[in-house]
Amino acid sequence: MIDKSRWNYASVVADIPDGATVMVGGFGTAGMPDELIDALIAHGARGLTIINNNAGNGDTGLAALIASKRVRKVVCSFPRQTDSWHFDAAYKAGEIELELVPQGNLAARIHAAGSGLGAIFTPTGYGTELAAGKETREIDGRHYVLEYPLHADFALIKADRGDRWGNLVYRKTARNFGPLMAMAAKCTIAQVSEVVALGELDPEAVVTPGIFVHRVVAAGGKS
Amino acid sequence: MSRLNREQMAARVARDIPEGAYVNLGIGLPTQVANYLPADKEIFLQSENGLLGMGPAPAPGEEDPDLINAGKQPVTLLTGGCYFHHADSFSMMRGGHLDICVLGAFQVSQHGDLANWSTGAPDAIPAVGGAMDLAIGAKQVFVLMELQTRKGESKLVAECSYPLTGLRCVSRIYTDVGVFALGPQGARVVELVEGVSLDEVRQLTGLPLEMIE
Repeated sequence: MIDKSRWNYASVVADIPDGATVMVGGFGTAGMPDELIDALIAHGARGLTIINNNAGNGDTGLAALIASKRVRKVVCSFPRQTDSWHFDAAYKAGEIELELVPQGNLAARIHAAGSGLGAIFTPTGYGTELAAGKETREIDGRHYVLEYPLHADFALIKADRGDRWGNLVYRKTARNFGPLMAMAAKCTIAQVSEVVALGELDPEAVVTPGIFVHRVVAAGGKS
Repeated sequence: MSRLNREQMAARVARDIPEGAYVNLGIGLPTQVANYLPADKEIFLQSENGLLGMGPAPAPGEEDPDLINAGKQPVTLLTGGCYFHHADSFSMMRGGHLDICVLGAFQVSQHGDLANWSTGAPDAIPAVGGAMDLAIGAKQVFVLMELQTRKGESKLVAECSYPLTGLRCVSRIYTDVGVFALGPQGARVVELVEGVSLDEVRQLTGLPLEMIE
Protein backbone atom coordinates (compact mmCIF):
# COMPACT_ATOMS: atom_id res chain seq x y z
CA MET A 1 0.00 0.00 0.00
CA ILE A 2 1.30 3.43 -0.93
CA ASP A 3 0.84 5.92 1.85
CA LYS A 4 2.49 9.34 1.44
CA SER A 5 0.72 10.79 4.47
CA ARG A 6 2.77 11.71 7.53
CA TRP A 7 1.76 12.98 10.93
CA ASN A 8 4.85 14.77 12.11
CA TYR A 9 6.35 17.95 10.65
CA ALA A 10 9.84 17.32 12.00
CA SER A 11 10.23 14.01 10.18
CA VAL A 12 9.17 15.31 6.75
CA VAL A 13 11.85 18.03 6.63
CA ALA A 14 14.61 16.09 8.42
CA ASP A 15 16.48 15.23 5.20
CA ILE A 16 16.71 18.79 3.86
CA PRO A 17 20.48 19.41 3.77
CA ASP A 18 22.52 22.57 4.19
CA GLY A 19 22.75 24.46 0.90
CA ALA A 20 19.52 23.01 -0.51
CA THR A 21 17.33 24.92 -2.95
CA VAL A 22 13.84 25.04 -1.46
CA MET A 23 10.68 26.34 -3.13
CA VAL A 24 8.21 27.78 -0.65
CA GLY A 25 4.60 28.20 -1.75
CA GLY A 26 2.51 31.24 -1.01
CA PHE A 27 1.67 34.72 -2.21
CA GLY A 28 2.24 36.85 0.85
CA THR A 29 0.78 34.77 3.64
CA ALA A 30 -1.92 33.06 1.53
CA GLY A 31 -0.64 29.54 0.92
CA MET A 32 2.44 29.99 3.09
CA PRO A 33 3.24 26.60 4.74
CA ASP A 34 3.99 28.04 8.19
CA GLU A 35 4.17 24.73 10.05
CA LEU A 36 6.61 23.20 7.55
CA ILE A 37 8.81 26.29 7.78
CA ASP A 38 8.76 26.19 11.57
CA ALA A 39 9.89 22.56 11.32
CA LEU A 40 12.64 23.56 8.87
CA ILE A 41 13.85 26.25 11.29
CA ALA A 42 13.91 23.70 14.13
CA HIS A 43 15.71 21.22 11.85
CA GLY A 44 18.44 23.79 11.33
CA ALA A 45 19.49 23.49 7.66
CA ARG A 46 21.58 26.52 6.62
CA GLY A 47 22.77 28.25 3.48
CA LEU A 48 19.42 27.71 1.78
CA THR A 49 18.33 29.16 -1.54
CA ILE A 50 14.64 30.01 -1.27
CA ILE A 51 12.28 30.46 -4.21
CA ASN A 52 9.05 32.28 -3.33
CA ASN A 53 7.05 35.16 -4.78
CA ASN A 54 8.00 37.41 -1.88
CA ALA A 55 10.63 37.46 0.83
CA GLY A 56 8.56 37.05 3.96
CA ASN A 57 5.78 39.00 5.66
CA GLY A 58 5.68 39.95 9.32
CA ASP A 59 7.44 37.58 11.71
CA THR A 60 6.11 34.16 10.69
CA GLY A 61 6.72 31.65 7.90
CA LEU A 62 9.42 32.66 5.42
CA ALA A 63 10.10 35.85 7.40
CA ALA A 64 10.97 33.73 10.44
CA LEU A 65 13.27 31.53 8.34
CA ILE A 66 15.12 34.62 7.08
CA ALA A 67 15.28 36.04 10.62
CA SER A 68 16.90 32.78 11.74
CA LYS A 69 19.77 33.45 9.27
CA ARG A 70 19.34 30.18 7.39
CA VAL A 71 18.84 31.76 3.97
CA ARG A 72 21.76 32.55 1.65
CA LYS A 73 19.78 33.62 -1.39
CA VAL A 74 16.21 34.52 -2.30
CA VAL A 75 14.76 34.20 -5.82
CA CYS A 76 11.53 36.21 -5.93
CA SER A 77 9.52 38.89 -7.72
CA PHE A 78 8.52 41.23 -4.93
CA PRO A 79 10.68 41.29 -1.79
CA ARG A 80 10.01 44.86 -0.66
CA GLN A 81 6.74 45.19 1.25
CA THR A 82 5.56 47.17 4.23
CA ASP A 83 6.07 44.13 6.47
CA SER A 84 9.25 42.60 4.99
CA TRP A 85 11.52 43.98 7.72
CA HIS A 86 13.50 40.76 8.25
CA PHE A 87 14.45 40.51 4.57
CA ASP A 88 15.10 44.26 4.34
CA ALA A 89 17.53 44.13 7.28
CA ALA A 90 19.38 41.03 6.00
CA TYR A 91 19.61 42.49 2.47
CA LYS A 92 20.89 45.85 3.65
CA ALA A 93 23.44 44.08 5.87
CA GLY A 94 24.69 42.19 2.81
CA GLU A 95 23.77 38.84 4.37
CA ILE A 96 21.41 37.70 1.66
CA GLU A 97 21.61 37.55 -2.12
CA LEU A 98 18.59 38.53 -4.23
CA GLU A 99 17.66 37.34 -7.72
CA LEU A 100 14.73 39.48 -8.86
CA VAL A 101 12.46 37.81 -11.43
CA PRO A 102 9.26 39.23 -12.95
CA GLN A 103 6.34 37.35 -11.41
CA GLY A 104 5.12 35.69 -14.60
CA ASN A 105 8.65 34.66 -15.54
CA LEU A 106 9.05 33.20 -12.06
CA ALA A 107 5.91 31.11 -12.58
CA ALA A 108 6.94 30.16 -16.13
CA ARG A 109 10.48 29.17 -15.12
CA ILE A 110 9.15 26.96 -12.32
CA HIS A 111 6.58 25.51 -14.70
CA ALA A 112 9.33 24.90 -17.29
CA ALA A 113 11.39 22.98 -14.75
CA GLY A 114 8.42 20.85 -13.80
CA SER A 115 7.59 20.28 -17.47
CA GLY A 116 11.07 19.20 -18.53
CA LEU A 117 11.73 22.17 -20.79
CA GLY A 118 15.33 23.27 -21.34
CA ALA A 119 14.47 26.96 -21.50
CA ILE A 120 11.72 29.35 -22.50
CA PHE A 121 11.50 32.48 -24.65
CA THR A 122 9.37 35.01 -22.80
CA PRO A 123 8.30 38.50 -23.92
CA THR A 124 8.24 39.75 -20.32
CA GLY A 125 11.14 42.00 -19.42
CA TYR A 126 12.41 42.49 -22.96
CA GLY A 127 14.31 45.76 -23.22
CA THR A 128 14.46 46.26 -19.44
CA GLU A 129 17.39 46.02 -17.06
CA LEU A 130 16.08 42.68 -15.74
CA ALA A 131 16.88 41.21 -19.16
CA ALA A 132 20.27 42.93 -19.50
CA GLY A 133 22.90 40.60 -20.97
CA LYS A 134 20.39 37.83 -21.69
CA GLU A 135 19.98 36.17 -25.06
CA THR A 136 17.02 37.49 -27.07
CA ARG A 137 15.25 36.41 -30.21
CA GLU A 138 12.67 37.92 -32.55
CA ILE A 139 9.94 35.44 -33.41
CA ASP A 140 7.13 36.48 -35.75
CA GLY A 141 7.88 40.13 -35.12
CA ARG A 142 7.81 39.96 -31.33
CA HIS A 143 10.86 40.15 -29.06
CA TYR A 144 11.61 37.46 -26.49
CA VAL A 145 14.16 36.86 -23.74
CA LEU A 146 15.73 33.45 -23.11
CA GLU A 147 15.11 32.32 -19.53
CA TYR A 148 16.12 29.07 -17.90
CA PRO A 149 14.04 26.74 -15.72
CA LEU A 150 14.07 27.00 -11.94
CA HIS A 151 14.54 23.61 -10.28
CA ALA A 152 14.52 22.83 -6.58
CA ASP A 153 15.59 20.03 -4.28
CA PHE A 154 12.49 20.43 -2.14
CA ALA A 155 9.15 22.23 -2.39
CA LEU A 156 7.22 23.11 0.75
CA ILE A 157 3.64 23.92 -0.15
CA LYS A 158 0.25 24.31 1.52
CA ALA A 159 -2.90 22.74 0.16
CA ASP A 160 -6.36 22.33 1.64
CA ARG A 161 -6.93 18.59 1.45
CA GLY A 162 -4.86 15.65 0.26
CA ASP A 163 -5.05 11.87 0.18
CA ARG A 164 -2.48 9.13 0.76
CA TRP A 165 -1.53 9.05 -2.92
CA GLY A 166 -0.63 12.75 -2.77
CA ASN A 167 -3.56 14.15 -4.75
CA LEU A 168 -4.22 17.74 -3.66
CA VAL A 169 -6.89 20.39 -3.78
CA TYR A 170 -6.29 23.95 -2.65
CA ARG A 171 -8.30 26.69 -1.03
CA LYS A 172 -9.13 29.92 -2.92
CA THR A 173 -6.15 32.14 -3.78
CA ALA A 174 -3.88 30.10 -1.50
CA ARG A 175 -3.38 27.91 -4.60
CA ASN A 176 -1.01 30.41 -6.29
CA PHE A 177 2.42 28.75 -6.79
CA GLY A 178 1.62 25.40 -5.13
CA PRO A 179 0.74 23.35 -8.23
CA LEU A 180 3.80 24.68 -10.10
CA MET A 181 6.31 24.15 -7.32
CA ALA A 182 4.98 20.64 -6.74
CA MET A 183 6.05 19.80 -10.32
CA ALA A 184 9.48 21.41 -10.15
CA ALA A 185 11.07 19.93 -7.02
CA LYS A 186 12.77 16.56 -6.58
CA CYS A 187 10.82 16.14 -3.34
CA THR A 188 7.50 17.92 -2.74
CA ILE A 189 6.11 18.13 0.77
CA ALA A 190 2.54 19.37 1.12
CA GLN A 191 0.96 20.41 4.38
CA VAL A 192 -2.81 20.07 4.32
CA SER A 193 -5.59 20.81 6.75
CA GLU A 194 -6.91 17.28 6.31
CA VAL A 195 -5.83 13.96 4.83
CA VAL A 196 -8.95 12.35 3.39
CA ALA A 197 -9.63 8.78 2.29
CA LEU A 198 -8.80 7.77 -1.29
CA GLY A 199 -11.75 8.55 -3.51
CA GLU A 200 -13.02 11.36 -1.36
CA LEU A 201 -11.43 14.02 -3.61
CA ASP A 202 -13.50 14.42 -6.77
CA PRO A 203 -11.20 13.16 -9.57
CA GLU A 204 -12.53 15.93 -11.83
CA ALA A 205 -11.46 18.53 -9.28
CA VAL A 206 -8.00 17.29 -8.26
CA VAL A 207 -5.62 20.20 -8.94
CA THR A 208 -2.27 18.55 -8.26
CA PRO A 209 -2.10 14.87 -9.24
CA GLY A 210 -0.29 12.73 -6.69
CA ILE A 211 2.60 11.96 -9.06
CA PHE A 212 4.01 15.40 -8.20
CA VAL A 213 3.77 14.96 -4.42
CA HIS A 214 6.02 12.87 -2.19
CA ARG A 215 4.86 13.61 1.33
CA VAL A 216 1.55 14.90 2.70
CA VAL A 217 1.44 16.08 6.28
CA ALA A 218 -1.75 17.06 8.08
CA ALA A 219 -1.85 20.29 10.05
CA GLY A 220 -4.05 18.90 12.76
CA GLY A 221 -1.90 15.83 13.39
CA LYS A 222 -3.34 12.33 13.34
CA SER A 223 -7.07 12.25 13.77
CA MET B 1 -6.43 75.29 -13.91
CA SER B 2 -9.16 72.84 -12.97
CA ARG B 3 -8.14 69.25 -12.36
CA LEU B 4 -9.89 65.99 -11.57
CA ASN B 5 -9.39 64.53 -8.12
CA ARG B 6 -8.31 60.90 -7.79
CA GLU B 7 -11.86 59.58 -7.48
CA GLN B 8 -12.89 61.43 -10.64
CA MET B 9 -9.83 60.08 -12.46
CA ALA B 10 -10.75 56.52 -11.49
CA ALA B 11 -14.34 57.11 -12.58
CA ARG B 12 -13.18 58.45 -15.96
CA VAL B 13 -11.24 55.24 -16.74
CA ALA B 14 -14.22 53.15 -15.66
CA ARG B 15 -16.34 54.83 -18.37
CA ASP B 16 -14.06 53.38 -21.08
CA ILE B 17 -14.30 49.77 -19.92
CA PRO B 18 -16.97 47.94 -21.94
CA GLU B 19 -19.23 45.12 -20.82
CA GLY B 20 -17.61 41.71 -21.17
CA ALA B 21 -14.04 43.02 -20.85
CA TYR B 22 -11.46 41.00 -18.93
CA VAL B 23 -9.60 43.57 -16.88
CA ASN B 24 -6.68 43.67 -14.45
CA LEU B 25 -6.46 46.68 -12.16
CA GLY B 26 -3.01 47.46 -10.76
CA ILE B 27 -2.16 48.23 -7.17
CA GLY B 28 -2.90 51.72 -5.82
CA LEU B 29 -5.18 54.20 -7.58
CA PRO B 30 -6.08 51.75 -10.42
CA THR B 31 -7.70 49.46 -7.81
CA GLN B 32 -10.26 52.22 -7.18
CA VAL B 33 -11.52 51.96 -10.77
CA ALA B 34 -13.53 48.95 -9.56
CA ASN B 35 -15.65 51.29 -7.42
CA TYR B 36 -16.93 53.08 -10.53
CA LEU B 37 -17.72 50.17 -12.85
CA PRO B 38 -21.45 50.30 -13.57
CA ALA B 39 -23.41 47.63 -11.70
CA ASP B 40 -25.54 46.85 -14.76
CA LYS B 41 -22.53 45.73 -16.86
CA GLU B 42 -20.76 42.39 -16.44
CA ILE B 43 -17.02 43.11 -16.40
CA PHE B 44 -14.53 40.44 -15.33
CA LEU B 45 -11.80 41.56 -12.94
CA GLN B 46 -8.68 39.40 -12.88
CA SER B 47 -6.21 39.45 -10.01
CA GLU B 48 -2.80 38.01 -10.90
CA ASN B 49 -2.49 36.00 -7.71
CA GLY B 50 -5.13 33.70 -9.15
CA LEU B 51 -8.75 34.77 -9.45
CA LEU B 52 -11.17 35.88 -12.11
CA GLY B 53 -14.47 37.45 -11.16
CA MET B 54 -13.11 39.43 -8.24
CA GLY B 55 -15.72 41.15 -6.11
CA PRO B 56 -15.53 44.03 -3.64
CA ALA B 57 -13.92 44.01 -0.21
CA PRO B 58 -15.74 41.81 2.30
CA ALA B 59 -17.79 43.21 5.15
CA PRO B 60 -15.83 43.68 8.39
CA GLY B 61 -15.45 40.30 10.08
CA GLU B 62 -15.97 38.41 6.80
CA GLU B 63 -12.30 38.54 5.67
CA ASP B 64 -10.72 35.26 4.56
CA PRO B 65 -6.89 35.14 4.63
CA ASP B 66 -6.97 32.68 1.70
CA LEU B 67 -8.96 35.12 -0.46
CA ILE B 68 -6.83 38.16 -1.30
CA ASN B 69 -5.97 40.34 -4.28
CA ALA B 70 -2.58 41.19 -5.79
CA GLY B 71 -2.16 43.92 -3.18
CA LYS B 72 -2.70 41.24 -0.50
CA GLN B 73 -5.95 42.91 0.61
CA PRO B 74 -8.99 40.73 1.44
CA VAL B 75 -11.52 40.55 -1.40
CA THR B 76 -14.54 38.45 -2.40
CA LEU B 77 -15.36 36.24 -5.38
CA LEU B 78 -18.44 36.93 -7.47
CA THR B 79 -20.83 34.12 -8.33
CA GLY B 80 -19.32 32.50 -11.42
CA GLY B 81 -15.77 33.49 -10.46
CA CYS B 82 -12.93 31.00 -10.24
CA TYR B 83 -9.43 30.34 -8.90
CA PHE B 84 -6.30 29.20 -10.76
CA HIS B 85 -2.56 28.85 -10.27
CA HIS B 86 0.12 31.33 -11.24
CA ALA B 87 1.09 29.78 -14.57
CA ASP B 88 -2.52 30.04 -15.77
CA SER B 89 -2.81 33.54 -14.37
CA PHE B 90 0.22 34.85 -16.25
CA SER B 91 -0.74 32.93 -19.38
CA MET B 92 -3.87 35.07 -19.35
CA MET B 93 -1.61 38.12 -19.63
CA ARG B 94 1.25 36.92 -21.81
CA GLY B 95 -1.11 35.01 -24.07
CA GLY B 96 -3.06 38.16 -24.88
CA HIS B 97 -6.32 37.08 -23.24
CA LEU B 98 -6.77 40.12 -21.00
CA ASP B 99 -8.49 43.01 -22.76
CA ILE B 100 -7.36 45.87 -20.55
CA CYS B 101 -5.03 46.48 -17.68
CA VAL B 102 -4.89 49.73 -15.76
CA LEU B 103 -1.58 50.57 -14.14
CA GLY B 104 0.06 53.40 -12.25
CA ALA B 105 3.36 54.86 -13.45
CA PHE B 106 6.35 56.98 -12.55
CA GLN B 107 6.76 57.98 -16.19
CA VAL B 108 5.25 57.17 -19.58
CA SER B 109 6.91 58.19 -22.83
CA GLN B 110 5.01 59.77 -25.72
CA HIS B 111 5.51 56.50 -27.65
CA GLY B 112 4.09 54.34 -24.85
CA ASP B 113 7.20 53.18 -23.01
CA LEU B 114 6.32 52.52 -19.37
CA ALA B 115 8.41 53.07 -16.24
CA ASN B 116 6.57 52.00 -13.10
CA TRP B 117 8.69 49.50 -11.16
CA SER B 118 11.84 51.32 -10.05
CA THR B 119 13.12 54.85 -9.67
CA GLY B 120 16.66 53.49 -9.91
CA ALA B 121 17.54 54.82 -6.45
CA PRO B 122 20.77 53.01 -5.52
CA ASP B 123 19.83 52.21 -1.90
CA ALA B 124 16.32 50.93 -2.66
CA ILE B 125 15.47 47.22 -2.53
CA PRO B 126 14.23 46.36 -6.02
CA ALA B 127 10.81 44.73 -6.48
CA VAL B 128 8.94 44.14 -9.73
CA GLY B 129 6.05 41.73 -9.11
CA GLY B 130 3.77 41.31 -12.11
CA ALA B 131 4.34 44.79 -13.58
CA MET B 132 6.43 43.65 -16.56
CA ASP B 133 4.05 40.80 -17.41
CA LEU B 134 1.02 43.09 -17.31
CA ALA B 135 2.76 45.76 -19.37
CA ILE B 136 3.46 43.48 -22.32
CA GLY B 137 0.49 41.16 -21.90
CA ALA B 138 -2.84 42.93 -21.99
CA LYS B 139 -4.33 43.93 -25.34
CA GLN B 140 -4.61 47.51 -24.10
CA VAL B 141 -2.57 49.04 -21.29
CA PHE B 142 -4.06 52.16 -19.72
CA VAL B 143 -2.05 54.21 -17.25
CA LEU B 144 -3.89 56.15 -14.58
CA MET B 145 -1.79 58.88 -13.00
CA GLU B 146 -1.56 62.57 -12.24
CA LEU B 147 0.10 64.33 -15.16
CA GLN B 148 2.73 65.85 -12.88
CA THR B 149 4.84 64.79 -9.94
CA ARG B 150 4.46 66.62 -6.63
CA LYS B 151 7.45 68.70 -7.73
CA GLY B 152 5.61 69.72 -10.89
CA GLU B 153 7.56 67.62 -13.39
CA SER B 154 5.58 66.04 -16.21
CA LYS B 155 5.24 62.26 -15.99
CA LEU B 156 4.35 62.17 -19.70
CA VAL B 157 7.79 62.58 -21.23
CA ALA B 158 9.61 62.44 -24.56
CA GLU B 159 11.79 59.56 -23.29
CA CYS B 160 11.66 57.86 -19.88
CA SER B 161 14.61 58.50 -17.56
CA TYR B 162 13.56 55.83 -15.03
CA PRO B 163 14.22 52.10 -15.64
CA LEU B 164 11.69 50.71 -18.12
CA THR B 165 8.96 48.19 -17.32
CA GLY B 166 8.01 47.60 -20.95
CA LEU B 167 8.61 49.13 -24.38
CA ARG B 168 5.87 50.72 -26.52
CA CYS B 169 3.15 49.09 -24.44
CA VAL B 170 0.87 51.90 -23.12
CA SER B 171 -1.95 52.93 -25.43
CA ARG B 172 -3.63 55.59 -23.27
CA ILE B 173 -3.02 57.63 -20.15
CA TYR B 174 -5.81 58.98 -18.00
CA THR B 175 -4.71 61.98 -15.98
CA ASP B 176 -6.09 64.74 -13.79
CA VAL B 177 -6.06 67.16 -16.76
CA GLY B 178 -7.10 64.94 -19.64
CA VAL B 179 -6.81 61.72 -21.59
CA PHE B 180 -3.93 61.11 -24.01
CA ALA B 181 -3.42 58.47 -26.71
CA LEU B 182 0.15 57.24 -27.24
CA GLY B 183 1.75 55.55 -30.19
CA PRO B 184 4.37 55.66 -32.92
CA GLN B 185 3.28 59.20 -33.88
CA GLY B 186 3.75 60.38 -30.30
CA ALA B 187 1.21 61.59 -27.77
CA ARG B 188 -2.09 63.10 -28.84
CA VAL B 189 -4.90 64.58 -26.80
CA VAL B 190 -8.14 62.60 -26.65
CA GLU B 191 -9.93 65.00 -24.32
CA LEU B 192 -9.13 67.73 -21.84
CA VAL B 193 -10.81 68.43 -18.52
CA GLU B 194 -13.15 71.39 -18.80
CA GLY B 195 -11.18 74.58 -18.23
CA VAL B 196 -7.85 73.11 -19.40
CA SER B 197 -6.43 74.38 -22.68
CA LEU B 198 -4.24 72.64 -25.24
CA ASP B 199 -1.59 75.30 -24.70
CA GLU B 200 -1.53 74.58 -20.98
CA VAL B 201 -0.86 70.84 -21.45
CA ARG B 202 1.75 71.61 -24.10
CA GLN B 203 3.45 73.81 -21.55
CA LEU B 204 3.15 71.26 -18.73
CA THR B 205 4.58 68.42 -20.82
CA GLY B 206 6.91 70.26 -23.17
CA LEU B 207 5.50 68.08 -25.95
CA PRO B 208 4.00 69.30 -29.27
CA LEU B 209 0.56 67.90 -28.48
CA GLU B 210 -2.36 68.03 -30.88
CA MET B 211 -5.99 67.10 -30.41
CA ILE B 212 -7.18 63.89 -32.02
CA GLU B 213 -9.74 64.88 -34.65
